[in-house]
Amino acid sequence: MAEVTFDAVTKRYGDVTAVDRLEMAIPDGELLVLLGPSGCGKTTALRMVAGLEELSEGDITIGNRVVNDVDPKERDVAMVFQSYALYPHLTVAKNVEFPLRQRGMDKAEREKRVLEVARTLGLDDLLDRKPAQLSGGQRQRVALARAIVRDPQVFLMDEPLSNLDATLRVQTRADIVALQHRLGTTTIYVTHDQVEAMTMGNRIAVMDRGVLQQVAPPQDLYDRPANTFVAAFLGSPGMNLLDGELDGTSVRVAGGSIELAEAVPGRDVGASPVTVGVRPEHLRLDAAGTVAATVRLVEMLGAETHVICRLEDGAQLVVRQEAVVERPALGANVRVAVESQSVHVFGADGTRLEGSTR
Amino acid sequence: MHADATALAPTSRHSAATEAASRRDRRHRRIRKVISYLLLSVGAVVILFPIYIAIVNSLLAPSQIAHQPPPFFPTHPMWSTYPTAWNEGHLGLYLRNSAIMTAIIVVGQVVTAILAAYAFAFLSFPFRKTLFIVFLSTLMIPFEVTLITNLDTVTRLGWYNTFQGLTVPFLATGFGTFLLRQSFLQIPKDLSEAATLDGYGHWRFMTRVAVPLARPAVAAVAVFSFLASWNNYLWPLVVTGDNNNVRTVQIGLKLLANTEVQNINVTLAGTIIAIVPLVILLLVFQKQLVRGLTAGAVK
Amino acid sequence: MTVAVSAGAGREAPAAPRHRSLRSRKKREAALAYLFILPALLIFSVFVFYPFLRNFKLALYENPPYPNLPSHYVGLHQAATVLSSSAFLQSLLSTILFVLMVVPTGLFLGLALAVAAHRKLQGIAIYRVIFSSTVVSSVAVAALVFGTLMNPVVGLLPWLGINPTPSILQNPTWALPAVALMTVWQFLGLSFIIMSAGLQSVPDDLLEAARIDGASAWTRFWRITVPMLSPTLFFGVVVGTIYAFQSFGQIDILIGPSNAAGVHANVLIYYIYESLQIDNNAGQAAVLSIVLFVITLSLTLVQMRYLERRVTYAR
Ligand SMILES: Nc1ncnc2c1ncn2[C@@H]1O[C@H](COP(=O)(O)OP(=O)(O)OP(=O)(O)O)[C@@H](O)[C@H]1O
Ligand SMILES: [Mg+2]
Repeated sequence: MAEVTFDAVTKRYGDVTAVDRLEMAIPDGELLVLLGPSGCGKTTALRMVAGLEELSEGDITIGNRVVNDVDPKERDVAMVFQSYALYPHLTVAKNVEFPLRQRGMDKAEREKRVLEVARTLGLDDLLDRKPAQLSGGQRQRVALARAIVRDPQVFLMDEPLSNLDATLRVQTRADIVALQHRLGTTTIYVTHDQVEAMTMGNRIAVMDRGVLQQVAPPQDLYDRPANTFVAAFLGSPGMNLLDGELDGTSVRVAGGSIELAEAVPGRDVGASPVTVGVRPEHLRLDAAGTVAATVRLVEMLGAETHVICRLEDGAQLVVRQEAVVERPALGANVRVAVESQSVHVFGADGTRLEGSTR
Repeated sequence: MHADATALAPTSRHSAATEAASRRDRRHRRIRKVISYLLLSVGAVVILFPIYIAIVNSLLAPSQIAHQPPPFFPTHPMWSTYPTAWNEGHLGLYLRNSAIMTAIIVVGQVVTAILAAYAFAFLSFPFRKTLFIVFLSTLMIPFEVTLITNLDTVTRLGWYNTFQGLTVPFLATGFGTFLLRQSFLQIPKDLSEAATLDGYGHWRFMTRVAVPLARPAVAAVAVFSFLASWNNYLWPLVVTGDNNNVRTVQIGLKLLANTEVQNINVTLAGTIIAIVPLVILLLVFQKQLVRGLTAGAVK
Repeated sequence: MTVAVSAGAGREAPAAPRHRSLRSRKKREAALAYLFILPALLIFSVFVFYPFLRNFKLALYENPPYPNLPSHYVGLHQAATVLSSSAFLQSLLSTILFVLMVVPTGLFLGLALAVAAHRKLQGIAIYRVIFSSTVVSSVAVAALVFGTLMNPVVGLLPWLGINPTPSILQNPTWALPAVALMTVWQFLGLSFIIMSAGLQSVPDDLLEAARIDGASAWTRFWRITVPMLSPTLFFGVVVGTIYAFQSFGQIDILIGPSNAAGVHANVLIYYIYESLQIDNNAGQAAVLSIVLFVITLSLTLVQMRYLERRVTYAR
């Protein structure tokens, strides 16, 4: 077991900066989820930990040892690939045993370990099959088994569930969390699925275009996004972001104003341009609301209803309500009420202005 | 599928006319089938005819062979031609020589091709592209073009009339390297990376993963190389002059024909003996053979 | 710009030792790669490239009439003499005629067999093995078998009343076609295999669609199969041509050095062999080798150009 730290880690491919000065510490035993849109550098960051990719700059430490120059095989990390990377010509048992054969372990011991791990993952009955004879979920478990059989210091998983169907994904993600918890092995888990991230991670690191945006426990991330990117990326639908002008405890937006519960420290005198963010569930259609809008589209999803409105300057505002509410007519002029406790304020550069919300 | 549909056809809903039509269809299909078999059999007979005649003649006495009309069946097979051919033609020795030569070349080509193909597919190094083109360019130089100097080189190395002389010039193959590289490139990169993390170096990854996964291609290269070297004629002819102990069966057959001009039956018996190993090869390795021979055509 | 540069320079310093190690790892990988390539490269250098290149030098030197005397430099004179000699032109003509006799016939018959065998019939596997079987027959075997068939005294020809004088294999008109016939037979297996592979790559649904549209078997064959097969046919032409160019053993066995030129069967490769082994004229052999190379190279290049175009077209 070990702590993993990134210290100003940068990776460039020619002109492309895939990872830009990544700074992050993952304490021993944590399951950290690396989350971000496609191409943001998640895989690259993971591969640098594994040693499959050289760093352009910075240092990566695993358990106090700077590993920049250490061969992948000496780093004692195990990786679960998105494709599972099972050896097609070897049986499940041999696949799982494969990493052990290089470690000078005697045959009896190896077989014992394989059986143990197979039992843990419910693979006992499949040991003699070849990967081609397994279902996607079973292959996924073999890949996991191959990673844990070595008892490495760090697990690296690159979207290990993306090839599974939705039901299986929910099941397996719970299994992985339980397994990780029991083994207590430091784990970096890459995904672009925010539900996976929210349900699995001790903490989530959000990246965008190679730059780390925020690292925080899932709920914190949701409640106090560090910037507009994180705010919009998390949640479904994402947070409404409106341009406005902050003046004391209220923000003027097109079609009305939004009241804050308290003033933003440092911005309490004079007017300044800001971006104001409100999650759809903190909005209500209410005749007494402070913002005027036009209904563009109504999505009935069963348990809830999304009312997509437009402000007079064209900005979009999504309101999320219980389904029982009467369906508003398209094109109707409505007023929207804002829960002032839950308003996020971001500066002109997109970063959160401290103190807003809770 | 189709047959089922016709079988179900005569139900109450169908008129007598459709029933007759379907019966006619069935008859047509049967006729077509018979014609197909007829055509196929004509082809097979034409192809096998020369060999059949050779077998028949190998079993006839010289007097019978000259008989007109020529016999198409050995009524009194003379089996003794086979031992005669075997002994007079030193076929045991020549077959052994061919086997040794072929084995060396096949193993040599497979090994050098695997090594080079692995480097081209999995390793990065300066001049990789250039060197690969160099390898491919050997495909454009027919062996005959290099004959003059190779004979010279082999003689100067003291390899005239030796197995080294027979085999060493053939221990590398541009075509096989190309084929294996293609096959290695099909192996997902994830596999080699997983193996790296598991502590496997290149040598072990090659022997335990890459080569087993590329087995069909390896087999194709081996069969192709077997065929080419077993049947090679020109080089063994020029490089094994007068030494029985390295002469291959192809050259042996020619000598047998020259010494047994009067006994065509013996020559043909020798010829049939020489075919046997290859017929076995054909029957056992059909698939690999076809793959090796068409590798250039399909993509 | 300047900021970026200075920031980069600032970061460079601590990175230096890592880059050294990275370089050494890359060096190790490169060293391994060269080690892997070395055996094949060595063989190629000594037995392909060196002898190939030496032809160009040998071609410039004329061999003495008696062995063991020094050869002397004559420049392009020898090449000019050889290339304009009637023996060379005869050889080239024989080669071309031979190719024209072998390749179209072999490919057509191979295609016919492949079409006949491209059916789901019981026992078809046996026919396929038979049709591809001549691919394993060595040239010595094929030559001896056909030598018997074409024997002027025994065998079929006298019985069939085909009895030219001089006998077929000694006859300037018939010797080359006779050798070509044998070569077609031997090439048939390869041709069948190539054509079958090509047929298998013609998508079934295309043919089925045409069938549903009411196209007859004949139309389907000419309108769909043949066009779809054109790359295969082209590949077959190239392979067949190279195959025909390399025909040596059959001429050596069926006709032999003393006769080949006389009966117009001294194809290029046999002419090279004769120049070298019989006449001890390495200079002439070198000139001829270069000609053979140029022909092979042009064929290969044409094929590559064609395939390249096809690939871009398919994308
Ligand atoms: N070998 C490479 N050469 C050049 N650019 C690369 C290379 N690998 C990755 N990149 C670039 O680096 C950036 C980050 O890629 P990376 O694979 O880390 O993204 P990712 O976050 O894993 O995306 P995804 O969710 O799609 O897997 C991308 O812009 C990608 O194009
Ligand atoms: Mg990725």
